Amino acid sequence: MNKKTSVAMFGLLCLLGLWLLVGCSKKEETNEAPASAPASTAAPAPAATPIDPSTVASVSGTVKFDGAAPKASKIDMSQDAACKGTNTAETVVVDGGDVANVFVYVKDGLGDRTFAVPTQAVTIDQQGCKYHPHVLGVMTGQNIEIKNDDQTTHNIHPTPQANREWNESQPPAAAPLEKSFAREEIMLPVKCNQHPWMRMYINVVKSPFYAVTGPDGKYEIKGLPPGDYTIAFVQEKLGEQDQKVTLAAKDSKTVDQTFKAQ
Amino acid sequence: MLKRGQPPSAVPPSKARQVVRLTGSKHLKSLATPYNRAHHRFAVFVACATFVLIIAGALVTSNDAGLSIPDWPTSFGSFSVPPLRGGIKFEWSHRAIAGSIVLLTISIAAWTWFADRRRWMKWLGIAALATVITQAILGGLTVLLFQPPWVSSAHAAVAQTFFCIAVAIAMFTGRRWVEEVPQIEFDNRRPSLITLTWLSIFVLYVQLILGAMFRHHGMSWWPHVANAAIVTFVLTWTAIRALSRFSKIEAVRRPAIILALLLVVQLCLGFAAFLTRIAWGRDAVQPEFPMVISTVSHVAVGALLLATAVILAIQVWRHIPVSFEEHATSRSRKPAAA
Repeated sequence: MNKKTSVAMFGLLCLLGLWLLVGCSKKEETNEAPASAPASTAAPAPAATPIDPSTVASVSGTVKFDGAAPKASKIDMSQDAACKGTNTAETVVVDGGDVANVFVYVKDGLGDRTFAVPTQAVTIDQQGCKYHPHVLGVMTGQNIEIKNDDQTTHNIHPTPQANREWNESQPPAAAPLEKSFAREEIMLPVKCNQHPWMRMYINVVKSPFYAVTGPDGKYEIKGLPPGDYTIAFVQEKLGEQDQKVTLAAKDSKTVDQTFKAQ
Repeated sequence: MLKRGQPPSAVPPSKARQVVRLTGSKHLKSLATPYNRAHHRFAVFVACATFVLIIAGALVTSNDAGLSIPDWPTSFGSFSVPPLRGGIKFEWSHRAIAGSIVLLTISIAAWTWFADRRRWMKWLGIAALATVITQAILGGLTVLLFQPPWVSSAHAAVAQTFFCIAVAIAMFTGRRWVEEVPQIEFDNRRPSLITLTWLSIFVLYVQLILGAMFRHHGMSWWPHVANAAIVTFVLTWTAIRALSRFSKIEAVRRPAIILALLLVVQLCLGFAAFLTRIAWGRDAVQPEFPMVISTVSHVAVGALLLATAVILAIQVWRHIPVSFEEHATSRSRKPAAA
């Protein structure tokens, strides 16, 4: 190997080393508790701020779509004979102008209030090689029970930004997995790498004031203390839109939202 | 006797581009190893199997199946074959072929160590083994760390590095390399052809890393597309220089022609991959066949392009030494200095 070749090789190695170093330095530091830790083993939550039940208000409404609704994409499930479900994607579900699977939550206005974490777990079911529900709301630290009702193995793989990532397989008839997320995160994607069309979104919030629109586009958030709030409407593809609302004691206001065709 | 590295003062300037044939060189022959057909064929087989492995790896990425088996080195806690459904069939096939390549590499390294007389070939075999072990570790880290872009891109880059080493071993063990007396022609142009071939390898490697970073969601697509223009310029320059000035040397002419052809094919495949993945497939709910076939082909031809550039560089290094006439000191120009 002559001198020039040696210098070129050394330069290439330096470049690779630098690249690896830069890659390493970008790794996020996380100090959260393990995502798989059940709520019972987590640190005790602070006491919930009391809310006077005689003054609570509610907000409800309908999420609409303005314009021609996007055509639902077809899913090809032929790569796994055990997958036999509805073969349309749920990226944007619009029926008669009503938008389903929109996560609606109180984004701002609750101040430093704390809330008790429900002891009851929420369930994600894998059926027909799809996640049910497609969009889920859950409080930080609340247990999520993940079931597999399919005759095939799935893997559940959340790809969060603020929480810890994990990837576990679940064979048919396996015991449900129990998971929780420690930090707030909106539209946290969950996918199955064995069936790449399988995708859902978990929304992790600190308050119980959230809802997911049904097929009729409707939602309702109850039990809010009087105050000024920012209500956020988040759709996986259409993005987020916010509205401000002022709720007096025992108010019941309607806040509708319209997403426009992109 | 004229040898590689001999001061150019030994060559009259008027004959700088004259083709010189080295015949009857006892010194060169004593350095060589006898041609071993079985060894060479096995090396070719290893190189071909590595190419298949690169395609299998590209299929895993294009089908988004990289984490369909969540553990490593076991598959669902066992070394037995899992049900080959969904993404598992891509990931497990990739692992199975990769395991076979590790065994093949151990074999070729051992065979070369004991059968080849050339010391540098023995170490090239060891380098191949070290590379494939590094590659296996990177593959494991990709799974265990949930595909961080820099690890997955390193996995992609080292894969093609190993492919180039395997192709080089196949070439170095071939009859043409072992028995042929090199036909030598001096290069007095600047930048020299050997510089251009090194530059070609460098820009291809950068392009490989940029493409891998994009495929693994670590970077936007535009740096890869922008660098494609640089790659096209450098490779075209290299091929034209090789073919216009050294086409008499078959060992240089052939890889130069293949380099130019592969470049055209690769640009077409890159355009197809751009259309199917970025323009049309941006909102796809699952990997679609046109995207898979175009991106996998783009990766495969990219590997061939890099390997061809490496072969060209080696052949240029062997056949076309750089003339250092203008840099030689007055002392070294004296015949006695030679």
